[in-house]
Amino acid sequence: MILNDFDPKENKIVRLIDNDGKVIRPDLMPDLDDETLLKAYHAMLFARVADEMAVSYQRQGRMYTYPPNMGQEAIAVAAGMVMRHDDWLIPVFRELGTWLAKGIQLKEVFLYYMGNEEGSHFKQAHHVLPFSVPIASQLLHAVGIGFSINYFKKEEVAFTFVGDGGTSEGDFSEALNFAAVWKTPVVFTIQNNQYAISVPVRNQTKSINLAVKSMAFGMPGVQVDGNDFFAMYATYQEALSYAASGKGPVLIEAVTYRKGSHTTSDDPTKYRNKEEEEAWEKTDPLSRMKSYLQQKGVPMEDEQELREKYRSEVDQQFEEAEHSASYPLEDVFQYMYADMPADLQKQKEDYRQFLTWKEKRK
Amino acid sequence: MSVMTIVQAINNALDIKLAEDPTVVVYGEDVGVEGGVFRVTEGLQKKYGVDRVFDSPLAESAIVGTAVGMAAAGLRPVVELQFDGFTYPAFNQIVSHAARLRNRTRGLFQVPMVIRFPYGGGINALEHHSESPEALYAHIPGLKVVIPSTPHDAKGLMIAAIESNDPVIFMEPKRIYRAVKQEVNDARYTIPIGKANVVEEGKDVTVVAYGAMIRECQKAMVMAKEAGISVELIDLRTIYPIDKETIVRSVQKTGRLIVVAEAPQSFSVGSELMAIANEEAFLYLEAPPKRVMGFDTIVPLAKGESFYVISPERIFYEIERTVQY
Repeated sequence: MILNDFDPKENKIVRLIDNDGKVIRPDLMPDLDDETLLKAYHAMLFARVADEMAVSYQRQGRMYTYPPNMGQEAIAVAAGMVMRHDDWLIPVFRELGTWLAKGIQLKEVFLYYMGNEEGSHFKQAHHVLPFSVPIASQLLHAVGIGFSINYFKKEEVAFTFVGDGGTSEGDFSEALNFAAVWKTPVVFTIQNNQYAISVPVRNQTKSINLAVKSMAFGMPGVQVDGNDFFAMYATYQEALSYAASGKGPVLIEAVTYRKGSHTTSDDPTKYRNKEEEEAWEKTDPLSRMKSYLQQKGVPMEDEQELREKYRSEVDQQFEEAEHSASYPLEDVFQYMYADMPADLQKQKEDYRQFLTWKEKRK
Repeated sequence: MSVMTIVQAINNALDIKLAEDPTVVVYGEDVGVEGGVFRVTEGLQKKYGVDRVFDSPLAESAIVGTAVGMAAAGLRPVVELQFDGFTYPAFNQIVSHAARLRNRTRGLFQVPMVIRFPYGGGINALEHHSESPEALYAHIPGLKVVIPSTPHDAKGLMIAAIESNDPVIFMEPKRIYRAVKQEVNDARYTIPIGKANVVEEGKDVTVVAYGAMIRECQKAMVMAKEAGISVELIDLRTIYPIDKETIVRSVQKTGRLIVVAEAPQSFSVGSELMAIANEEAFLYLEAPPKRVMGFDTIVPLAKGESFYVISPERIFYEIERTVQY
């Protein structure tokens, strides 16, 4: 059992395949058929391509600030594949693969980063909260949702995410504590991508790792190689059945590396060096997955062809977002309250009068 | 009808909503076994069980943050924060999430929750136990802020707050928690959020107040009456959405406005009312509108509190000066 056998106090880490895609723990490998394996690989590659293109759209000035996901696809895709239809997703902003698996459409993601709240009005996603910007604050929402799941006697599980920097926030500790005391079905994932913007994780904590923090709150915690799809998948499967069976929350530290910048507004060359980036490059989740599939002899399409196909899919969604991005004045006001207060009504009407005046003045 | 204090009236409102709506849950620090430090939730855990009325661990941000999640997932949480000065650790959850989830998701999610806490001074309390932070919350788009002044209003407003599909900051005047008793209808009723109450009609000056200050204003009005001054007293009842119509109508009639409140006066609800009088009743004004409010200082501890607390004499003093202007 992963949750028992990898004691974070001893700094153990769940790793099932090595950097060359060779299986090192066959006893713990999840039993997945070729079709599912390919689905996982394709989802990871799609997320990678979408992410690369998002950065490029931003560079072209067609989208505003965007936080790249590159390098963290194994975590997001594994979570998305393990989650069931009714499970809840309480995201941060770096789990593209999970969003897509839960039914968020890529064009909605683009719409959001074009600066339109309509991008958080998910048309097809079920049980998904919007992206959360204030660090670690979303974890408490997951605990509240977990409470509701217990209250309504359902067997759903809430999956929520936070970064390594977020573990220093008070809300992180409060969320773990409340989750444990209330025994809520919440799977917490810390995406430890080594940096909180520019600050390395060694400056965030004196704990030997982040998973060990679970012990103080009386819940299981485990450190996992976040760039190993199989380690993440197997851990999520176990965490899901643990939480769904009424045993309470689980903390997973997924050790990974943010290949890109924090957002498109910062420059990683200022706070990390080439040697470090090259060392992590050897652990890239996508190439490890690909090597594994090749060694297993799973028939695969050519990667370049797949990338081309995905690029045109992404482009199509982006253009749809670009063309649907109208933003009437009404939208500024109408979602503030269930019923618009007279004050807001008046502010809106006053502004409309100004617009009419401005129009006539031309 | 039963005679109730504000404490009992709020308890009665919670009781009614817990009974009729299985999605209502009540929690916070000490609200379960103890029934709250002011006993507002007394007896409710016994009646509705620990699943619906319970003690949470001690962390205000988490109390509000978990309520946001519960509300998103179909519950109607009513949470208690123990004192006005202890609401600040929850500020981020209130401002960044409770107030915004509806707008952020274009109405996909809503946050029907009530955050209730005792507020205000005059009880010789420790630091952080005498504050009036209503302006902080009224300033936040997405919130409603409600302050009752009587048992009757407290009950009707609390039921309306629980039924609101938007988050309500419900501030309870602790100084008159038990000091005001009134016949209250035992049945279920609501008082609409966003409507002020004209407590007493008058023609010389409009006095707008809320919470514990209503009673102080009524005492001042006895003095005013003896001096031959006719005061119109308006109880705001809801800070936001503010009932401009009632205030403006009154100020246009009397030509004079005094606002009485315990909070520091600068950048306050009083300041907002000054703006309303100037924007909407400028040509009707016979005297400069006046704020009779707390100093822009920390509420002093017990030995100095009498300087800060607004007395009926001080209210009357300002009424007289305004009328004689």
